[in-house]
Amino acid sequence: MSLWEYANPVKFIRATDRVLPWISILAISSLTIGLVWGFFFTPDDFRQGSTVKIIYLHVPAALMAINAWLMMLVASLIWIVRRHHVSALAARAAAPVGAAMTVIGLATGAIWGQPMWGTWWAWDPRLTSFLILFLFYLGYIALWQAIEDDDTAADLTSILCLVGSVFALLSRYAVNFWNQGLHQGASVMRAGALAGDTQERVSNVFFLPLMVCIVGFVLLFVALVFLRTQTEIRARRTRALIAREHAS
Amino acid sequence: MIALLRRDLALAIRAGGGFGLGLAFFLIVTVLVPFGVGADTALLGRIAPGILWVGSLLACLLSLDRILALDWEDGSLDLLATAPLPMEGVVSIKAFAHWITTGLPLVAAAPMLGVLLNLPGPGYVWLFVSLALGTPALSVIGTFGAALTVGLKRGGLLMSLLVLPLYVPTLIFGAEVARRGAEGSAVQTPLLMLAGISFGVTALLPFASAAVLRINLR
Repeated sequence: MSLWEYANPVKFIRATDRVLPWISILAISSLTIGLVWGFFFTPDDFRQGSTVKIIYLHVPAALMAINAWLMMLVASLIWIVRRHHVSALAARAAAPVGAAMTVIGLATGAIWGQPMWGTWWAWDPRLTSFLILFLFYLGYIALWQAIEDDDTAADLTSILCLVGSVFALLSRYAVNFWNQGLHQGASVMRAGALAGDTQERVSNVFFLPLMVCIVGFVLLFVALVFLRTQTEIRARRTRALIAREHAS
Repeated sequence: MIALLRRDLALAIRAGGGFGLGLAFFLIVTVLVPFGVGADTALLGRIAPGILWVGSLLACLLSLDRILALDWEDGSLDLLATAPLPMEGVVSIKAFAHWITTGLPLVAAAPMLGVLLNLPGPGYVWLFVSLALGTPALSVIGTFGAALTVGLKRGGLLMSLLVLPLYVPTLIFGAEVARRGAEGSAVQTPLLMLAGISFGVTALLPFASAAVLRINLR
């Protein structure tokens, strides 16, 4: 019994079919609990008033935008090394979800920034590198759609993902150099919080609903990727059946 | 290798090769900017380094599909793939030829266009240096983009979408060198970063381009 067993599309579909309802229910319930808790049952911030509540969407979405790309990177590597089709399809399935998360992060940030910073947009390093990340997502999705042959598309996009990761990192530090930031640094949880110092993280009143929201977003991402990968596998199988029909 | 380089250069320079088109595009962009932002010479002088960098980047982008598309169409790319020269060598030479025919003229023309935009005195040297260091990176990265989209029918627009985000670090450091140079402040840090990016991509990216090209030629 190893993880690689699920590289078999049939086994992958069977296994994900079994866990998908549970993950979906958990994702929906934790998102509902987290968002309702965050929006209605937490006090307003001393300085920011009620605008602080957008954190329950902004932070999890931004977190998942980056982690989705990391997941695509790992899946691309697995495809290049072990040639499992499920892996390539999972990377393909994750890209639009990641792009959507990036848009949510940027949009909620802009909505929060308008009353707080007095501007919708600033050329701040974090904001700028997120915009660049979004462009990488767009290019990746566009390349998948442009190429007809499935294996060629998987090969090319996975190499683009590898090269893109290096350049996305480079851009991240380049824009850091280029302009000083307006966005706050790490503040939800700094290094000292792991040692149990409660001064080093956000107060529990905000922290607990935020954690529930983050868990909800992670589960939502997993559920969407599973579902979309299943769809990709089935779409490819349908195409193969149709092609066989025409051939005979 | 040298034969391939001479062939590419000859093809680019002779009629129909599109040599000089990038240069003309660069000129037009530079001329259009004052119409867009107004003829205020102080303002133009301040934004001149950025305009010239973006202009040369776009001129570079415009000529990228010539690197591989023609060879793909007439099948000479397949011949090159079976030649004893490794694919990494082929793409490096292609990128080098692209730099000589597009990047080098841009580098030479940029200071002259700087006059049009009222670039401050100390800026000329650093604009020249930053472009001379940065345009090879643009050619090498562009070759990667061209290799990715070589098999596609209308790959030009997609290639821009893929290549432009990859140009971001080069543009940031290149334009920063030119800007700081024009202001007369220290340029060492961005200059070193620009050189690092340029040499780094020249050394490593041909491997990715060659891998991509082999996949496309399968």
